[in-house]
Amino acid sequence: MTPSTQSEPRTAPAPRTALDTVKHAAGTPGADQPWAELGLKQDEYERIREILGRRPTGAELAMYSVMWSEHCSYKSSKVHLKQFGEKAPGQPENTAMLVGIGENAGVVDIGQDYAVTFKVESHNHPSYVEPYQGAATGIGGIVRDILAMGARPVAVMDPLRFGAADHPDTRRVLPGVVAGIGGYGNCLGLPNIGGEVVFDDCYQGNPLVNALCVGVMKHEDIHLAQASGTGNKVILYGARTGGDGIGGVSVLASETFEEEGPAKRPAVQVGDPFQEKLLIECTLEIFREKLVAGIQDLGGAGLSCATSELASAGSGGMRVELDTVPLRDSSLSPEEILMSESQERMCAVVEPGKVDRFLEICEKWDVIATVIGEVTEGERLEIYWHGEQIVDVPPRTVAHEGPVYHRPYERPSWQDALQADDAAALPRPGTGEELRAATLALLSSPNQAAKSWITDQYDRYVLGNTVLAQPEDGGMIRVDEETGLGVALATDGNGRYAKLDPYAGAQLALAESYRNVAATGARPLAVTDCLNFGSPEDPSAMWQFAEACRGLADACRELGTPVTGGNVSLYNQTGDTAIHPTPVVGVLGVIDDVSRRTPVAFAEQGQLLYLLGDTREELGGSAWSQVAHGHLGGLPPAVDLDRERLLAEILIAASRDGMIDAAHDLSDGGLIQALAESCLKGGNGARVVVPDGLSPFVFLFSESQGRALVAVPRSEEVRFNDMCGARGLPVARIGVVDGDEIEIQGQFGVSLRELREAHEGTLPALFAGDAERAGA
Amino acid sequence: MTGGLGRIGVVTFPGSLDDSDARRAVRLAGGEPVELWHRDADLRQVDAVVLPGGFSYGDYLRCGAIARFSPVMEPLLEQARGGMPVLGICNGFQVLCESHLLPGALTRNDHLHFVCRDQRLRVERTDTAWTSDYGQGQEITVPLKNGEGGYVADERTLDSLEAEGRVVFRYVGGNPNGSRRDIAGISNEAGNVVGLMPHPEHAVETLTGPTTDGLGFFTSVLKRLVTA
Repeated sequence: MTPSTQSEPRTAPAPRTALDTVKHAAGTPGADQPWAELGLKQDEYERIREILGRRPTGAELAMYSVMWSEHCSYKSSKVHLKQFGEKAPGQPENTAMLVGIGENAGVVDIGQDYAVTFKVESHNHPSYVEPYQGAATGIGGIVRDILAMGARPVAVMDPLRFGAADHPDTRRVLPGVVAGIGGYGNCLGLPNIGGEVVFDDCYQGNPLVNALCVGVMKHEDIHLAQASGTGNKVILYGARTGGDGIGGVSVLASETFEEEGPAKRPAVQVGDPFQEKLLIECTLEIFREKLVAGIQDLGGAGLSCATSELASAGSGGMRVELDTVPLRDSSLSPEEILMSESQERMCAVVEPGKVDRFLEICEKWDVIATVIGEVTEGERLEIYWHGEQIVDVPPRTVAHEGPVYHRPYERPSWQDALQADDAAALPRPGTGEELRAATLALLSSPNQAAKSWITDQYDRYVLGNTVLAQPEDGGMIRVDEETGLGVALATDGNGRYAKLDPYAGAQLALAESYRNVAATGARPLAVTDCLNFGSPEDPSAMWQFAEACRGLADACRELGTPVTGGNVSLYNQTGDTAIHPTPVVGVLGVIDDVSRRTPVAFAEQGQLLYLLGDTREELGGSAWSQVAHGHLGGLPPAVDLDRERLLAEILIAASRDGMIDAAHDLSDGGLIQALAESCLKGGNGARVVVPDGLSPFVFLFSESQGRALVAVPRSEEVRFNDMCGARGLPVARIGVVDGDEIEIQGQFGVSLRELREAHEGTLPALFAGDAERAGA
Repeated sequence: MTGGLGRIGVVTFPGSLDDSDARRAVRLAGGEPVELWHRDADLRQVDAVVLPGGFSYGDYLRCGAIARFSPVMEPLLEQARGGMPVLGICNGFQVLCESHLLPGALTRNDHLHFVCRDQRLRVERTDTAWTSDYGQGQEITVPLKNGEGGYVADERTLDSLEAEGRVVFRYVGGNPNGSRRDIAGISNEAGNVVGLMPHPEHAVETLTGPTTDGLGFFTSVLKRLVTA
């Protein structure tokens, strides 16, 4: 017996009731259309009529409504996102960028003829409705974006935000999201190398599930989403099209086919990672044989998006026979087929002479592939249903020339009061005993606790190229086994900082991510961002968004790291209450030889501990203020991008020249957090002296930026000091790796054992099932 | 033996994930990795075969249940019964159990989560084709990553496995998945077929693995082939 998933495609049956054809639409200008139910504004609907010179057909209305949605058209954010291009760092710094914003993902040159593509995207709303599938298909979607660029996906990361850790609904959402990410990513064979997990009340009704994927290819393998060459075939391949992810468009279905067909379709897509794995291998084999002229994955807005974007970006038009699309459910209407967000599908444009070989490779991988149309002369996207024309549109008006809004924005009235509520006024620990208690409280708090209960559910080893993974500062993947070339990635975002000052908050997200990459020894090259904000119709949320974009674009220019792509997620709010503005920034770096990477662990006794950078009293938005006082107020730590650059240069040089054994960036939780993590990871204690002129509390808990903690072997001390001195980076020798406790001299000591229990026990206590606790 | 010595085949099923890792491990141990395709009833004259980790056929129905019917399994079963060394890792172990080359079955982890961690194992038998480079009772650390890794068999089977010395690896420092009697890996009676849940192919380089303890699997079998 030969196992096979292949069978004859089921396609749609002939139309049952009156079809809203182009001809019919032209003859019935007065017909009522459910544009409002589909989320279109009256002026948008009128603009569609103007473009077409008639009323749209049901299928056209469906296409425009979904492509002109906020999610697909970026209509509220576009005017602000422009800065990422306008302010992109000039030559020679960004010569690394090969493909910028606008394609499925940006592409960066990392040398040795390799190119890397990476992008972070949100799947927030589906993950709240259905945590497992929402998170799973979030991974699936971003992986296809990377694949569509021509790259082999090599790793994923997940920045996550949940409501309060002890809230009952978090116990529903978090385990589902984690299982979904693991269930999909593990089965796909992609190592999960990092990310973030943050808890805050503001995400209670609106968790954030972002997913990042990185892929590797040779320069010549870069593929773009465009349909060119009259007569070239359009091939849809992958999973059959089903009724999932249709959501609102079922309004149209019920209008068109009153008698039959389910009225409500599920809004959340369902993923099949096995199908996606086949799709990846099949697509990579197709790329190897150079069989495609253009390619696009099917994600949001499904075929509507893929066909209109392909046709819009290429030269010429496209004709599609929609009834040839293989279906999972033969009752789907043409509108639903156009809208379906069924997962694990791709659309390729292939020269006629290469079609047979294309289909052969699909057959080898048990992937269904169907020629559904061809590239035509002219400039129209035409879609037919059993020979009748149901769509006839200029594709650019659907895909690239949607509405653009200049939404009003205004600094919120409460912003001044929030900033005036300075964290410096909070009561703080004074005695050694109080500092000790504050240390344990911080390290055991859900945000600062170890995340291994979550990350141990993800495969970090598969593909055998993972050099660093969580809980390291950044993930690192070897790209070339011969030369040791590799890439490092980190994602960061601090919604508390951004709430206090969205301009600075976005810059701090970039600074931390940049610092994390540099701490591994890699040189930061480029940025991807996922901008999670509230409603664009709320001037306060829109101001936060505008400020964050401005801040991020300015900082990217200063650091020489262009934004190559990303995603905007708006309407993240419950009722009138928006989440903290949460710009999540991913930074990609390159390292010539991964064997020079710097880990966080203090692996050997006797290593000398140096604190790099300046420590000031900066407690606004700090982890300590949240844990000890539930407080959010004041200003976030000051941004100093020149200092970040200098620090990064030192960390990279020290890694390359073997001057440091370990490095940990300082961010939320301050020095004590980094010190504890590095000691626990290495299984060694440390003796630390508070430098003159600093209060022990500020030394341990302040979140001043531009700092890192490094372990220097004694043999390199002089050389390392000389380098920092010559470059003008302030350094302080603060202690030594020693013993099996962390001792802050003259203040307190805490054994690694006690620290480990506090740090690693929190998440299992909150989320592990009863069976797990009994078995553990 | 046919063909050159040290040709070790690695089967790719649809959904195999660790096949490239297994080939790398063979190469680093000094062998010649050979790609085998599930649809081909042809072992390409290899001297030994690795069934790699992953989710063959999406693990639909049961882990390994569909893969065992692949064309490649026909010659594999025949030659395994004739003494050819076969190693099943994780999903490969599941395939070997489904094929009845090894007794027992793998069930969902008792804590119901996928688990990925560095796992200590004790080598309990060193006269198999895949473990001769280890010392009796040696402890090794290799990655473990599975959702359905709980080894189960009826008491009589477990007793006979113990009595015949066919428990090749046992978990040390905590049973990660509820396996009966802490069993991590077993062999057939002849010792040429070995299956285990942990992943030796992920512990072959200090750069990417927790240790290089996994290399011994591949050096063991290569030595066996030289002396065979």
